[in-house]
Amino acid sequence: MSQQDVIKSRSMLLQKEMIARNYDKITSGEVKVSSTFVPGNLNELLMCFDIANNLPEINAIQNAMRKKSGEMIMEAERSGHSEDVCTYVKADIGMMAKGNIAPNGKPFPDPDVLLLSYTGCFTFLKWFELLREQYKCPTVMLQVPYSADGQPTKNHRDYIVKQLKEEVIPTLEKISGIKFDIDRLREYLRKSAKAEDDLVWMLEQSKRKPSPIDCYFGGVYYMGPIFTAFRGTDEAITYYQMLREEIQERIDKGLGVQTPEGEMGEEKYRLVVEGPPNWTSFREFWKMFHEAGAVVVASSYTKVGGVYDYDNFRHDPDHPLESLADYCLGVYTNRNLPTRVDMLARNIKEYEADGLLINSIKSCNSFSAGQLVLMREVEKLTGKPGAFVETDLVDPRYFSAANVKNRLESYFQMIDQKRRAGGSATTLA
Amino acid sequence: MSADSVKEIVDFCQGIFEDLDFTKAREWKDAEPGRKVIGYMPVYVPREIIHAAGMLPLGILGGGADLEVIHGDAFYQSYICRIPRSTVELAITGKLDFVDGMMFPSICDVMRNLSGIWQLLFKDKYVRYFDVPQNFKDEVGGVFYANELRELKEGLEKLGGREITEEALRHSVEVYNENRQWVNKVYDYRSATPWKAPSVEVYLLMRAGMVLPPEEHTQLMKDYLAAADREDRPMRDNCRIALTGAFCEQPPLNLIKSLELSGCYIVDDDFMLVTRWLLEDVPTDGDPIENLSKAFLHHSAETAAKFEDTVEGKGSYLLETIRKRRADGVIFAAPSFCDPALLDQPMLVSRLEAHKIPYITMQYAENSGQMQPIREQSGTFADSIKLWSVA
Repeated sequence: MSQQDVIKSRSMLLQKEMIARNYDKITSGEVKVSSTFVPGNLNELLMCFDIANNLPEINAIQNAMRKKSGEMIMEAERSGHSEDVCTYVKADIGMMAKGNIAPNGKPFPDPDVLLLSYTGCFTFLKWFELLREQYKCPTVMLQVPYSADGQPTKNHRDYIVKQLKEEVIPTLEKISGIKFDIDRLREYLRKSAKAEDDLVWMLEQSKRKPSPIDCYFGGVYYMGPIFTAFRGTDEAITYYQMLREEIQERIDKGLGVQTPEGEMGEEKYRLVVEGPPNWTSFREFWKMFHEAGAVVVASSYTKVGGVYDYDNFRHDPDHPLESLADYCLGVYTNRNLPTRVDMLARNIKEYEADGLLINSIKSCNSFSAGQLVLMREVEKLTGKPGAFVETDLVDPRYFSAANVKNRLESYFQMIDQKRRAGGSATTLA
Repeated sequence: MSADSVKEIVDFCQGIFEDLDFTKAREWKDAEPGRKVIGYMPVYVPREIIHAAGMLPLGILGGGADLEVIHGDAFYQSYICRIPRSTVELAITGKLDFVDGMMFPSICDVMRNLSGIWQLLFKDKYVRYFDVPQNFKDEVGGVFYANELRELKEGLEKLGGREITEEALRHSVEVYNENRQWVNKVYDYRSATPWKAPSVEVYLLMRAGMVLPPEEHTQLMKDYLAAADREDRPMRDNCRIALTGAFCEQPPLNLIKSLELSGCYIVDDDFMLVTRWLLEDVPTDGDPIENLSKAFLHHSAETAAKFEDTVEGKGSYLLETIRKRRADGVIFAAPSFCDPALLDQPMLVSRLEAHKIPYITMQYAENSGQMQPIREQSGTFADSIKLWSVA
C-alpha cells in the first residue's frame, strides 16, 4: 500500500489540520514563540501570555517520519556531537544546521524564550543549554524534582510553585508584555480537565475484547493534542469528543483495531508495551504487530506527557499552580521504577494482556536504564512473559527490521506456547 | 596508618583501590557495634550529614578494570555506560552486603533509575536519590535544597536511631573543611610540581578518601605531601593538561598512567569531584544545614551535572582552571554513553576554540584495555603542543 493510501480516521485528519495550524502559527512571525518539552510542558500557562508552543521533540519526530532525521543526526555528529548521545538532540541541532525548516516548509523563527520545563529526563537540561548557544535567547527553567520515592513530596510541590511564581511567570510576563491573569489560567485548566476525561475514557476502551483501538501505535495519535500545544483549548475538547464518538462507533459495530492499512482482523495477542516507538520506521514497525494480530492494549508511552488514568489526575482550576506542579511531578518517566513496575503490572492484569513487550531505545536512558529489571519484576507480579526489542527514536541506523521481526515472532510463539502449556514462559532478552 | 615514604603510602592506597571487598570500610564498621555505612555514587552528596550521623560515607565508583561483570550485564543494555552494571555486580555478589544505605546523586537518567533498581532489589536497605537544585537563588532553590538536606538528616536519624545534633553537624563541617583544604593542597602541589606528584599517585590518594574516614584521609594526604617533597624525582619535558569529563565512571588506572607516560602532566582533573565540589570552606557558625545549602548554591564547581544560568558562564570554570593551573591544553575524557559529559563537550570545545586552547577528545570505559591508541593520541597531542605552542 502506498503512502497515499494510508487510511485515516476523521480524528486523525482533524489532528493533522491542528498540527499544521500550529506550525503556521509558529512560523507566521506574528506571535511570540517558546520552545519547550513535552513531558511537563506548561501549555496552559504559555497560552496565558499568547505564546505559541514549539516542541523540539515533536519536530524531531516529524522529521523522522518524513525520513529526514538521519541526515540531520549525521550533520550534528559532523559538528562534534557524539554518536552516543540522545538522537532527539542531534536531530534538532542538525535541523538548525540545515536551515531550520518547519514541516510546513517555512523557516522556524528563533524562539523568544526557551522554557526549560522538563520532567523525567536529565538530558533536556543539556539540550536547552545547547540551543541557547545557538539562539542566544532568554532561558527560563522549571526544575521538577524526580519522584524517587514514588510520591511527590510537599517540598517538591512547593519548589515548583515557587519557581512558577518567582521565575517562570515573571519571565513570561516580560517576554510577552502581558500581565499574568490567574483566572485565564483557571479557564484553560478547566478545558484541559474536560479533554482529559475523554482521553482516559479512550485509554480504557482497550479493556474490551476485541480492543477497538491500539494504545501504542494508535495511541501516538490519540495523545497528540493533549500532550502538545492544545491542552487547555476548545480544539482539544472537540478532538477528544470526536475521537470518543469514533471509538464508540467501532465498539457498537464490534470492530477491532484500525491500522493504516485497514482493519486488523482477528485479535490474537494483547500486549502492554513499555518505551517510545521507533519513529523512522514507524509504519513498518506497526505492521509487524498488526500482521501478526497483535494489539497493544496499554503502553507507557501514552503516559509520557502526563499520567491521567493511574491515579486519576486531572488539572484542577481551583488550585492552578499546585495542579501544574502535580502534573509535572506525575509524568511517567518522572516516577521511580517501582511505580513504573506497578503501573505496567496493573495494566497487564486490568487489560488482560498476554505480556509485556519492551521497546528499548538506544538514545533514551530515561526510559531504557533499568528496563531489564522492570521486565523481570512485571513478570514476577503477573506471571506473564516479557520480551525485549531494541531500536532508536529517530536514528534510522538503529532500526534492524529483521532483528525486530525475529524477536517479535519468537515472542508470539512464546505466548502461544504458554497458552498451550498454561505454565510460565522464559524471558526473551 | 603512619608511613614515611611515598611508596608505602601509594602501596597502601593501591591496596584500598584494588580491594573490591571494601575491607577497610568493613573494619571500620566492625570496630564498634551499631556503626553504619552509607554508600554513595560519584559526583556530589553532602558527606558532612552522614558523618554527623556517626556513619561512614563510602564512595562507590564502580567496579574498575579488574572486575569481571557477569550478572551486571543482564541488568543493562549494551548502550548504557558501565558504571551501573559493575555497581550492580558488586551488590549482587555480596561485596556491598555491609552497606546499610545507598545514595544516588542527581547526575543523569542512568543514575536516577539505578536508585529505582536498588529499591526493587534491596528492599530492606535505605535508598535515597539525592536531588539538588538547578535554581541557585537562596529563596527558591535554596529553600528546596535546605529542606532536602533536612529530609536526608531525618532519614539518617531514623536509620541510625539517634538525633544528629547541630553540634555534630558543625564538627563534621569542620572535618570536611579540613579534608577539602588538604585535597586542594595536594592538587596545588601537583600543579606546581607535577613531576613530584604523578597523577596516578594523586588519584590513588583521592580514591583512598572514598573509603577511609575523612580524618584518616586528611592525615594520609599530609603524610603524602611531606613524603613527596622529600623524593628526588626528575622533571620531564611534559606539557600541562587539564582533564575533564571523567566525573562519574572512572577511567582505568592505566589510562591515567598512559597519559603521563605519553608526555602529558595532568595538572587538573575532575575525577572524584565530590572531594572538590565545594570551592570554599563551609562556615561553622550559624545553621549548618543553611550553610551547606548556601555553599552548594554559591560556591560549587561547574560541571555537566549542573545547569549553567547564562551563556557567558558556560565553560568559565574550565577556562579559569586552565588559567589557574597554567594548562597548555585540555583532554576531554568521557565515559562512553555518558550523556552529561558528551552533551557538554561541544559547548566547552567552542569556548576553548575561541581562546585558541588546544584540546583532544577521547572516550573510555572503566574496563578499557587498549591503551596504545590513547598513548598515540595523547602523545601526538603533547608533541603538537610542545612543537607549536607559542609559550
